[in-house]
Order: sequence, then structure tokens, then C-alpha cells
Amino acid sequence: MVNSQNLMQKAFIEHVNEEKILDCMRCGFCLPACPTYLHSENNEVHSPRGRIAIMKAVRDGIIEWDSSTEESIDLCLGCRACEPACPAGVDYGHLLEQTRAAVQSVKSLPLKEKISRKVAFDHLFKNQSTMVGATKLVRAYQASGLQKVVRKIGFMELFPPMLKDMEKAMPVVPKLMKRSLSKTVEKPVKHIAFFTGCLMDTMFRETNDHTIQLLEKLGCKIVIPDTQVCCGALHGHSGELEKAKWNARRNIDAFDYLEVDFIVNNAGGCGAFLAEYGHLLAEDRDYANKAKDFDAKIIDISSLLVKLGIKETLKEVAYEKGDLVTYQDSCHLRNVNRVVNEPREILTMIPGTHYIELPTAGLCCGSAGVYNLLNQEMSLRILDDKMIDVKETNASIIITTNPGCLLQMRTGIHRAGMDEHVRAEHIVDYLFEVLR
Amino acid sequence: MDARLLKKIELIVSAQHVHSSTASLLAYSYDATPNFQSLPDVVVAPSNVQEVQSLVLLCAQEGIPIVPRGSGTNLAAGTTPTSGGLVMLFHRMNNILELDEENLTIRVQPGVITEQIHKIVEDSGLFYPPDPSSMKISTIGGNVSENSGGLRGLKYGVTKNYVLGLEVVLANGDIMRTGGKLAKDVAGYDVTSLFVGAEGTLGIVTEILLKLIPLPETKQTMVAIFPSLEEAGSAVSAIISEKITPVTLEFMDNGTIRAVEAHAKIGLPVDAEALLLLEQDGAAGQVQRDMKLMADVCKHFGAVSVQLAQNEVEAEQLRLARRTALSALARLRPTTILEDATVPRSEIASMVREIQRIAQKYNVLISTFGHAGDGNLHPTCLTDVRNVEEMHRVEAAFEEIFEVAIGLGGTITGEHGVGEMKAPYLEWKIGAPGIQVMKSIKTAFDPQNMMNPGKIFAKETKKRVVLAHG
Repeated sequence: MVNSQNLMQKAFIEHVNEEKILDCMRCGFCLPACPTYLHSENNEVHSPRGRIAIMKAVRDGIIEWDSSTEESIDLCLGCRACEPACPAGVDYGHLLEQTRAAVQSVKSLPLKEKISRKVAFDHLFKNQSTMVGATKLVRAYQASGLQKVVRKIGFMELFPPMLKDMEKAMPVVPKLMKRSLSKTVEKPVKHIAFFTGCLMDTMFRETNDHTIQLLEKLGCKIVIPDTQVCCGALHGHSGELEKAKWNARRNIDAFDYLEVDFIVNNAGGCGAFLAEYGHLLAEDRDYANKAKDFDAKIIDISSLLVKLGIKETLKEVAYEKGDLVTYQDSCHLRNVNRVVNEPREILTMIPGTHYIELPTAGLCCGSAGVYNLLNQEMSLRILDDKMIDVKETNASIIITTNPGCLLQMRTGIHRAGMDEHVRAEHIVDYLFEVLR
Repeated sequence: MDARLLKKIELIVSAQHVHSSTASLLAYSYDATPNFQSLPDVVVAPSNVQEVQSLVLLCAQEGIPIVPRGSGTNLAAGTTPTSGGLVMLFHRMNNILELDEENLTIRVQPGVITEQIHKIVEDSGLFYPPDPSSMKISTIGGNVSENSGGLRGLKYGVTKNYVLGLEVVLANGDIMRTGGKLAKDVAGYDVTSLFVGAEGTLGIVTEILLKLIPLPETKQTMVAIFPSLEEAGSAVSAIISEKITPVTLEFMDNGTIRAVEAHAKIGLPVDAEALLLLEQDGAAGQVQRDMKLMADVCKHFGAVSVQLAQNEVEAEQLRLARRTALSALARLRPTTILEDATVPRSEIASMVREIQRIAQKYNVLISTFGHAGDGNLHPTCLTDVRNVEEMHRVEAAFEEIFEVAIGLGGTITGEHGVGEMKAPYLEWKIGAPGIQVMKSIKTAFDPQNMMNPGKIFAKETKKRVVLAHG
């Protein structure tokens, strides 16, 4: 026991940056921004200030790492809403990654998590073609009519409630065809490389197709490097930093030498991680500079659309459905890339569509990567409260900018019994509908 | 804490609200004060006054100290459990009990977040003025126990000016009610006031009755930029002597402006030596007249620019920027130690000058901001707790700042409280007879010394530094 504690303290000293910890002066300004603090009866253990204090105390050897400290760190969504709230500029997101890396380096993981990690990280997300294979299975299952049968006989009852609801929220995966890019964009206004994302390019393939069509419509020439891989966010956030770095290097190679103005993505979670490759590879002699150049080109779809003048385009559309739409922020798009206004500006420009602000839009929905699978209770608590807020807006469409949020919103709508009046859409798909 | 005691506590408060895990004890071992940390033995969240009473009786019987804690934003280690014991939380006692629009009062439980009170009363056209910078986080119970101030103190006073009555659990387990919805009440000693700012050392506040006033009609906000600290200080004193009482008259020096701008990014003038944030509220004509007068005074005293906020969004950004000053300064060095020295308003320029001199003398980095109109400055030292030699100089600098403030007719703390951090200096301000009286009061209420022990009264008073003036 003593030995493993020594190991843990050592791992903290090795991985967790003391200067970054000392940046926290414990003022508590982060507390009201933290979803887990607010959803745990204001429990300091589940606040950013509490977590940083725990990191420091374990590092300093004041306390021992045990199940209670582990719960505190595990229950963090990693939404990073505490960062814009922090006047002292504490780099919480990276402290969390470092802490998870420290724990990961010492602990043998519980079996369940190990298995899901094995499947998700070593297999699915590492290689896009495996992901494609996996979704093909989902599609076959949906297309065969088996999905309906399975829902009926309650096969999913065997799974935890979250998975059950998620299964219902899953889109019908379209048959994957080789994508055709328009070859005839004359005098393109911008040259764009598209980071397609693994979940976006499989389960939400249609959204990616719409993204391409929208951008071409606005005069962009698109390239899609086929050697790109998963952004590595899920690995990084879980403390598997080496694997994340592997992915980062592959992606930098994939987009290197492309003469493009921007590298666009339509998944907030990926976009934030891509934009931080410079930080991730800061110590990598061969890649540090390349990563910085890569980061400088990263842009999210909403910001790019605004740059391309979509607000002007929208003024002239004849879309008169009178939709009442609201918007749920992607945490990482908001808190890491600090993109807050662009999606809202776009939505308010659509004639005949009324935009209403969701008062808690800036608070995480509980999806948070694989959080909703690993910490279901907290995730559902957050999600169900979110749906109460959605209900109060009376909105019939919830717009999102990240696949995880989108699935989570659909799960939430279903749980709240609002399927008939409310739907969730990716901003790209909604714009596509509007501009059609 | 041993299992027997834990069991007894869980007979009073259900087990899910009794915390003793490693993570819980650590998470409640600190507040917002640097260099103070100590693990409690147990953390308990009662749901009503009866549970509080039973816990007090149990703790009295077992000799366990009780540290009441709101959201832990205390700046003088008042809510750090430095003697261990039971940390008592109030998040389950967070109800607004009654908004009385006929008597202009609101009755609340101690766990209500301060800003929530602002929102609720303002929706009814009423106003609760005290607005400590941590109001989005802090609880009203904490505000009452610390007698918190804020940005609107100059015109509207501080928390104590709004507390009409309290329900308190005393150390012997009695439940006492004080005050009432009364404009006048001289029935005996003013015990309500005694509990406001008592830092949890006399008993546990379980209900609060607050006075409200009508919400002012309009409000305007202005920023004045000065080429030197002294000129800004002189403008402050001149505004007061012009018989204008603005709502807010806040001061920031260059270091603070830079740090705040790095966080807020709202276009503050990072090259300015000093900045004043001025606000006035009331009837439109009066507000305009006062704003113009204040602008004239600022210009007369050397302001290079005086600008009105164009709208409420801009005004709120400025107020928010000021509220984050302390935390934003933490960007500069690993450790941030702030003080709360307060002088008569007329002495503000001298105090600002003295702080500069002392920072130079001890070769420490001090940035100053604060409620200039109240004479309440927050000289903040940016340092590194790991550097022992530097920490000695920091301590010496602060001792001299206290000494100078007292010399100017001031005090060691304007609004943060004595807590444990400033306890060694209390006697400098109130003298031996003052300590004697306060100790007698403490003993009368809490003979066992179980209510937040170690706070306000130090084991030993710091030896006073002898100053050779001028």
C-alpha cells in the first residue's frame, strides 16, 4: 500500500505541473461555472477548485490517492467551463489531462473500463476504417429491421439506461458510398481542407456531406486527405497522452503541404483538441513547429461560414417555417476555442426562424466524450435538468455543433418524452435544410 | 473521526450528508486565503435548525470545534478548520423564506447565494445593495458572518446596515431570535449587530431577516484614467468633499489594470497608471448632474480621459472586471496575498503613496486596487510561498502597511474580517482593553471555545514594528 502511494505521488510529481497548480489561488470563481459542482449540491469535492486542491495534496503527499479522490477526478466532465470563468487563467484542462495521465501510469484499471477502453481506443478510434466497419454493422442491424425487433423484445434492457436511450437516439446510418467532390468550383474564394472526424464521418456521414455541399455552394474548393485519423481527443482526455500524440502526428502529416486557407471541422470536441496540438506536441522536436502551423489553420464550421458571408446568403432565403430554435453550446467549442457568438449570429439571421437563447446553453449537457457511458448517473442528472430548461424555451429544434452533444440531446429529448415536438440537429444539417 | 462519533452524527443528519472521505476532508480544508490549510475531522450538511441544534449539543458534549462554512471564499482564513473539528455546510438550508413587499424585508436561510437575493428582490423593484465581489459564489450566511462589503458600500453601506434580525443557535444549544421587521427597536443590547461580523465565533446563524430599499430609477457608469496614483487619490478625496456620494468609486493601479485586462479583454487602458470606476444611481436628473460634477473633478485633478459607459452591457463588463481584480492578479506570481487596510477617505492619497514606498523599501511586488471611496484599499502582494526569504519581506511589508494605516486613523481590515490571518494584529487596532472586552463577549457566548476557535483572537499578538516617520 505504502509502495503504491509512493508510486502515485511520484507519478503526480512527474506528470502534473506544479506551476500550473500554483496558478489557482482558490478564489472559487470557477464554482458557479462547474456543472458537476452545481449538480452535486455544491459539493466542493466535485468542483474545479476542489480537484486542483486534491491534485496538489496528492502531489505534495498530504493525502493518499484513494477511491474518493479518484471519484472526484473521474466525475469531472472535462468541459473546461471553469477556464473562461477563471480570472487567474488556470490551465485546468491540461492539469486534468496530466492528472489522468499520472493515474493511468500507475493504476491497473477495472476490467469493465479496460474492456471498453480496449475496444474504443485501441481499436475503433485509432483507425478510421475500423470505425467504418463498425458503423456498417450498425447500419446492417438497422436496415435488416432487426433494430425494431430488438427494441421490442427489450434486448437493450440488459444494458445500462444510458445505452438504451442512446440506441434509440442513434441516427439511421446511411450506406457509405465513396464521396464525390465537385471538381468544378471556379475561382474558389477559399481553399479548405476538411477534417472529417470519425464519428462525424460514419454515424453522421450525411452531416459531413452537407458540410461539403454548403462550403462548395459558398465558393470553396475542398480537399479531404484520406490519411487523416481520429483527432485523439478521447485518448488525451482519458490520460492516454502517448496515443493522442500518435494520432496528432499522423494528422499533421496528413494535412502537411496542403496549400489551404483553413482546416475546417464540424465537431466541437475534435476542433478543440486539434487546435491544441501545439500544446500536446510542445516537447516534440520534429513536430512542435508543424503543430503550431497546423493549429493556426484550424477553424470550426460556424466561424468559417460567417467568414464566408453566410449571414448575407441567409438574408435572401425563402424559408418560412417559423421554427423556434435554440442552441446548446459544444463545451469545447465555447470554452477552448472560445467560439460563442458565431453559431448564434447565424441562427438569428434566418428569416422566418425565431432564435431563443437557452439560459444554460453554456453548461455541459453531460455527454462529454465517453463520460455518459462511464458516469451515467451524473450524466443523466445533468441531461434531465437540461431538458427541463429546453422545455421552458418552447423551442422545437435544438441546434448543436458536435456529434456527442447531438446524440446526447436526442437521448434527452427521448427521456423527457418530447420526441413528438422537439428534435435536435447539427447546425450544418439545419442550414442545409434552410438553404435547400 | 472515530466510528462511534460518526455514528452519533449520522443519527442527527442522514449519512449521505455526512462526509469523511479523504477527498471530502481535503476539499473542505481551505478557503480563499493563501497559506492556510488544515483538515477537518468531518463535514456535515444539516437541513434545518433542529439538526444544527442537535449537532451543536453533540459537539459541546464531545468537545468538537464547529466551523460554519458558506462557499469558502473567505480571505482571512475564517473558514479554514485550523483546529480540525466539524465543518458545517449550509447548501441544504438555501431557501428564500419570505419576501415581504409591505415591510420591505426578505427572510432567507444562510445557504442562499448572495446574487440570488439580488435577482429575486430586483424582480420586485426592490434593492439589496451589499455586493461583495464574490457575490455569484458567496452565501448570505457567510456575508453576514463576515459583514461583507462590496462595490456599492460608499453610498449604501455594508451587510450590517441591512440585517434586521437573526435566528442563531448558541453554543449551549439554545435557539435565539433577534430583531424583527422593525424600523426602530431598542429593546436591550443590539445583539443582532454583535453577530454580524462575528465570523462564526459566537454561534451559528440559521436564518436572516434583511432590509430592502426601493430599486433606484437609473444608473450610470464612468471610467476616468489618471497619469499617476496620487492624482487619482486626490480626485477621490475631492469628490467626497464636493459632497457627492457616488454608489461606486473604485480604484485600480497599472498592475491591476493589466492583469484584469489579460482576463477580461474588454479594452482597458493597459498603459494608464491608475483608473477610477465611478457609478451613480437615482433619479435621472440627479444622476446626470453628479456624473458631470465627478467628471469635472477628475479632469481638474489630472484625468487624461473620462468616459461614460455607453450601455448596461458595457457597464456590467466594467464592474465584472473590477470584481475579478484579485483573482486576475494571481496570474503574475504563484502566490497572491491581499490585504484590506482601510483609512479615512481623506487619507486615501497618502495611503496609496505609502504603499508604493513600502513596496520599494522591501523590494516586493504590490498591486493595489480597492474601494477608494470607502478608504478601503486592497494592496495585493504577488510573491512565491516557496521563497522563504521573500516571504519574510512580504510579511514585514504588510506589517508596515498595517502600522501606517493605523497611524492615519485607519484599520487592519475594512471588510474581509480578522479570521486567523489577521488575528495577531487585532490588538494593534483595538488595544488591550478592546481585546479584553471582545474576549469577555466571546466567553459569555461560548465558554467552551468550540465555535470556530482560533479565529479573531491570536495566541500571541505580533510585536509592533517601530516606525521612524518622516
